Amino acid sequence: MGVQATYLGMPLAIDDLDVENLAYFKHCAAHNFHLQRCTKCNLLRYPPTTACPWCMNPKSDWVPVEAKGAVHSYTEVHHAIQPAFKAATPYLVLLVDLDAQKGKPSQQEALRVMGNLTTPDGKLAPPDMVKKVGIGTRVRMVFADAGPGLAIPHWTIDEGAQQPAKPWRYAQE
Amino acid sequence: MPMPDTDTSSPKHLRDKYAIVGVGETTYTRGSGVTTRALGTWAVRNAIEDAGLKASDVDGMLSYQSGDSTFSTFIAGDLGLRLNFYMDVFGGGSSTEALVGMAIGLIEAGMCKTVAVFRAMNGFSQVRIGGTGARAAAPVMGDALHGRAYGWQSAGQMFAPTFMRHMYDYGTTPEQVAHVKHFHSCHASNNPKAFYKKRYSVDEVVSSRIICKPLHLLDCCVETDNATSIIVTRAERARDGRHHPVLIRGVVGRCSKPRTDMHYQTGPISTVAGHYAKDILWPNSGVGPEDIDLTGSYDAFTFTTMLQLEDYGFCKKGEGGDYVSNGTIRLGGKRPNNTSGGHLCEGYTHGMNMVIENVRQLRHDADDSCPIGPDGKRQHTHDYREGGCRQVKDAELSANLGWANPGTGSAMVMRRG
Repeated sequence: MGVQATYLGMPLAIDDLDVENLAYFKHCAAHNFHLQRCTKCNLLRYPPTTACPWCMNPKSDWVPVEAKGAVHSYTEVHHAIQPAFKAATPYLVLLVDLDAQKGKPSQQEALRVMGNLTTPDGKLAPPDMVKKVGIGTRVRMVFADAGPGLAIPHWTIDEGAQQPAKPWRYAQE
Repeated sequence: MPMPDTDTSSPKHLRDKYAIVGVGETTYTRGSGVTTRALGTWAVRNAIEDAGLKASDVDGMLSYQSGDSTFSTFIAGDLGLRLNFYMDVFGGGSSTEALVGMAIGLIEAGMCKTVAVFRAMNGFSQVRIGGTGARAAAPVMGDALHGRAYGWQSAGQMFAPTFMRHMYDYGTTPEQVAHVKHFHSCHASNNPKAFYKKRYSVDEVVSSRIICKPLHLLDCCVETDNATSIIVTRAERARDGRHHPVLIRGVVGRCSKPRTDMHYQTGPISTVAGHYAKDILWPNSGVGPEDIDLTGSYDAFTFTTMLQLEDYGFCKKGEGGDYVSNGTIRLGGKRPNNTSGGHLCEGYTHGMNMVIENVRQLRHDADDSCPIGPDGKRQHTHDYREGGCRQVKDAELSANLGWANPGTGSAMVMRRG
């Protein structure tokens, strides 16, 4: 069975044929972060795919992954395109390097997972929080419930982590 | 100019064997008032006329689109062309050069003799690339849950992590990349066809409102309604044409970074597909960046121009900010880029208008405001002041660098025959 939900006024859907995304978001719905691990080369991968991008093996296991990392890059959106986001500007879209598997299988690779900067309860971050975050900020994953069988993973500032003295932010505030 | 021919790795037997013999376009507008079918028909007709060909001479057609245009069958039908080959492919900015390569392959395979390539779009009044209008409210399905659900949908939003990381990795500044808009707008002021002809200063760019960091409004290209077309055929047929022949030296098409499904997985993310494409483009062309007189580096945004020039080797990696701001890319500089004003100013047709511009430059026939002499040719002054000339002096070799996204690009070297 596919999944349908409404999130921030946006209709979301996963087709019943899309088994990889159904599995990924089923774990998200339980507020767990799982990724596929290849049964042959043992590498984790993101986003969900049918085969392993490093060894073509189609078999994988869903395994729990610690969802912590550091901001690799970002954009701060001031002019929203989608109606759902117009009331939430400026909002941050973060590209986060997971600690898990960073630098593997080659030095330039990492599991880079998208998400918005949110409060710990998964709401889009207010402007004063947006201004604190840049490249290097340590973040942890939180989930925003969208409906039965679907929650959207996001990032919030990791209060327990040692933060860089000054994360790198775009020159113009 | 010497044409080195020393490498053994590339299909150099096709160098200079094919030509772009005709170019054509519609007016660049916001609100064409006609269908993409009408736009495409006009552009292809104009290109065939420019080539001095008859309808019966064109027996192949290629187009690209994103569910926002008209298929080849309708354009061919409207113009009375009987086709021996046609294909309409999905895609945007990396398509023009890639389809020129496909046209060469088709002709080489004996499937047809002369190919019209077109792109027709009401990119402002019907389907907007940024996903505004009806597209903004469409359901977020499957793989898009990893992107659009985060308000990460428009081209600017999706490319921004690449641009931002380049600033972090190399110290590139907003003012450096704003020079791209400044220079391209100066070029557009000498292009009567350009949608925006106003010259913008660097200050005006960096003080325009932020769209999504690091992009200001004036770092972003214009969306317009228009169609463009080019005609590809064998070089020997070009010699009978109306214009000085422009030969295709080498092509690379839709060359990709690793993990092109989600290219941010493999870094450095401040590197773009040109890093890989250059190793096909230059050996195939038998020339290098130093030999090139003018470039057409795709300017969906100011940043895209810079990143590609850098990764194709026009400067060292990380020095793109200096390269695009030090005067090299302006008319009168060492290697002007997008002399028509490009996507930032002339109009947006997913790369094809920049190929058309370089064809005219290599003909030494840029359609500026210089007077037309008794021989029917423009008397270019090479005075690049506002409203003046935009012909690059003695242009012999050009490079077009097409961009789909940071993960995919296409490119082509052309030379004056």
